[in-house]
Amino acid sequence: MKDRKNLSENGLPTEQTAETENVLATEQTAETENVLATEQTAETIDDLHGENLTERVKVLSPGMTVLKRFFRSKLSVIGLVTLIFLFLFSFAGPLFSPWRADGGTTKDYAAENIKSSYDHVSIAYTVDGEEYTALAVSVSTPSYNILGDINGDHWMGTDASGYDVFTRLMYGGRVSLTIGFVVVILETVLGVLLGGLAGYFGKWVDQLIMRIVDVLSCIPSLPIMLILSALFDSWGLGDSIAKLYYMMVVLTFMGWTGVARLVRGQILSLREQEFMLAAKCAGLSTSRKIFKHLLPNIIPQLIVSMTLGLGSIILTEATLGYLGIGAPLDTATWGNMINLASNETYRQYYANLWLGSGICITLAILAFNFVGDGLRDAFDPKMKR
Amino acid sequence: MVKYIIKRLLLSLFILLGVSLIIYILIRMMPLSYFETQFLPQLNSGVMTQEEFNRILALYGLDDNSFFGILKGYWGWLTAFVQGDFGTSFQYGEKVEVIIRDNMGISFGISFVSLLLEIVIAIPLGIKCACNQYGKIDYTATVLCMVGMAFPTFFLGNLMIKWFAVDLGWFETGGLVSAALPKDAGALTRFFDMLWHLVLPIFVMVVLSIGGLMRYTRTNTLEVLNADYIRTARAKGLSERKVIYKHVFRNTMIPLVTQLSFTLPTLFGGAMITETVFGIPGIGQIAYNALKVGDIPLAMSYNMFIAMLTVVGILLADIMYAVVDPRVKLVG
Repeated sequence: MKDRKNLSENGLPTEQTAETENVLATEQTAETENVLATEQTAETIDDLHGENLTERVKVLSPGMTVLKRFFRSKLSVIGLVTLIFLFLFSFAGPLFSPWRADGGTTKDYAAENIKSSYDHVSIAYTVDGEEYTALAVSVSTPSYNILGDINGDHWMGTDASGYDVFTRLMYGGRVSLTIGFVVVILETVLGVLLGGLAGYFGKWVDQLIMRIVDVLSCIPSLPIMLILSALFDSWGLGDSIAKLYYMMVVLTFMGWTGVARLVRGQILSLREQEFMLAAKCAGLSTSRKIFKHLLPNIIPQLIVSMTLGLGSIILTEATLGYLGIGAPLDTATWGNMINLASNETYRQYYANLWLGSGICITLAILAFNFVGDGLRDAFDPKMKR
Repeated sequence: MVKYIIKRLLLSLFILLGVSLIIYILIRMMPLSYFETQFLPQLNSGVMTQEEFNRILALYGLDDNSFFGILKGYWGWLTAFVQGDFGTSFQYGEKVEVIIRDNMGISFGISFVSLLLEIVIAIPLGIKCACNQYGKIDYTATVLCMVGMAFPTFFLGNLMIKWFAVDLGWFETGGLVSAALPKDAGALTRFFDMLWHLVLPIFVMVVLSIGGLMRYTRTNTLEVLNADYIRTARAKGLSERKVIYKHVFRNTMIPLVTQLSFTLPTLFGGAMITETVFGIPGIGQIAYNALKVGDIPLAMSYNMFIAMLTVVGILLADIMYAVVDPRVKLVG
């Protein structure tokens, strides 16, 4: 009932939804032994039998328990392996590719790979009452391979600018996979700071911060991104990748609200617990109480929300790319590559240009979600089976 | 209860005020306002002088782009908005409320059908999964749901268009009317033709959002299954069927009803990306175009519409919570 009251006060009950939704059991076999219990039993049995049982009973640190539980879950391991694969693909992959996304060998001039394109115009004319149609066929042969077929040199063909799609996919991953870290770290810092202030000090500080959170979380994000893109273009940022980073930074100013709610909710309940009373009795300073005693207790939730956040940022970048309002279109990012799917010709006849990036985006989001869920279950002491 | 609702409504007004101020300032900062794009050729060719152009801007209150000018513009917009004058769209020359009303129908139809399908599939599936926790069904459904949730809308949408609309030719996409439809087709034929266009968008929307609801149902059912009263129900010898459908199901519905209140914005506000991908002339696509060209009255009204729906959805969720669960008392 108390929780309920907090909810009604801050107006937005998403905390509750987020938390309850979370307990998905992707884990197949959770660690059954409780660390503390193991220790205690070991000691008591030691006393009883006079022999050193601690040597035979392995005591796991809490961190190790979490790791062990994490790796017991098949889905989280699949997610982790997928992520490692995607990162290797993006960062080590280009080293083995003869092509480059910019600078170096970007275009393929080998004659056997160059495909001529045909275009025709039909002209209808009438002679002596009979209708004729003449076809004017024009053949254009580019000097390098564009929109080439899939072959041994180009595993996914080449795009309209002559770039090797497979290599571009690797370079795209570098941007798409890493941009999330910038956003998530900024969001978490802001969210912990403001949510922590609101939760710890309460009263008007809480009121002020939570009202700002309410306002910010009611702003629809997609329209704001469209506006920001136009704004940044007018400031001359439109033709460098910096625009994408600036947009993401601005997005964090709207995205920290989720973290702030999470942190505030946790701190509100932790604040009332005995160990905080003990900390108070010990005469600890406020900053020590916050940083040494409160924050470490919410780190599990933060790690989970950060992992899931990384997945959602990949989706955001892809959406920006698809709408053509992210990084400049010649920059290799997964979002920019899937942008080609909006062109009817490319969608139908050159699926090799965008299918790969779509699969990569989906895989990355899925993997981050698997890992996030696995971590949440691993951190949750109630998850026993 | 009444006191609580009044307090919350006042708070919502404050939130909407904040939201509108932020959005208005951002929209006004957009570089090429609608008129600048519209009249640039005339300006450059000398058909229109700068003074004439400025007069047009002044007519719409867009001439002063200093901070105070924008604030003044905001005040003007706000007073009109409060009095029920939402402005006239620059692009269409029609009242904004007329445009929103005319285009909301199709968006609402799509979202409503998707939501219904979602509920019909996700809730029984979630309960089924929870009852067979860690079983085969549970695993398969969970993994499939997570895959569905990971798909970006535009990727799945374009994939569907390529495979099912073009390659296989099963469905029509792009707009709502087939090019091949005869002009004298009856109302029923037209209706079925439209439905044919909506199969893929609805499918995409269901696939993308079913996972969230299913997992939410599953989690809540698991929680209910562990409750003491379920043990009691079993202990007094009720059949498993009765336990599940009478005791578990009803208690699972409590959080679900609140969860469904949050879908209010998506239900009425249209799906911007889905509509853009499938070329459906719904409110989402209209708003997307309005934002692209800087149609301030339409863009502002749409954003406010969404913000209002969000606020109302949250309030509704809290009230529904108290309505379906008599243990909850709303304290004002």
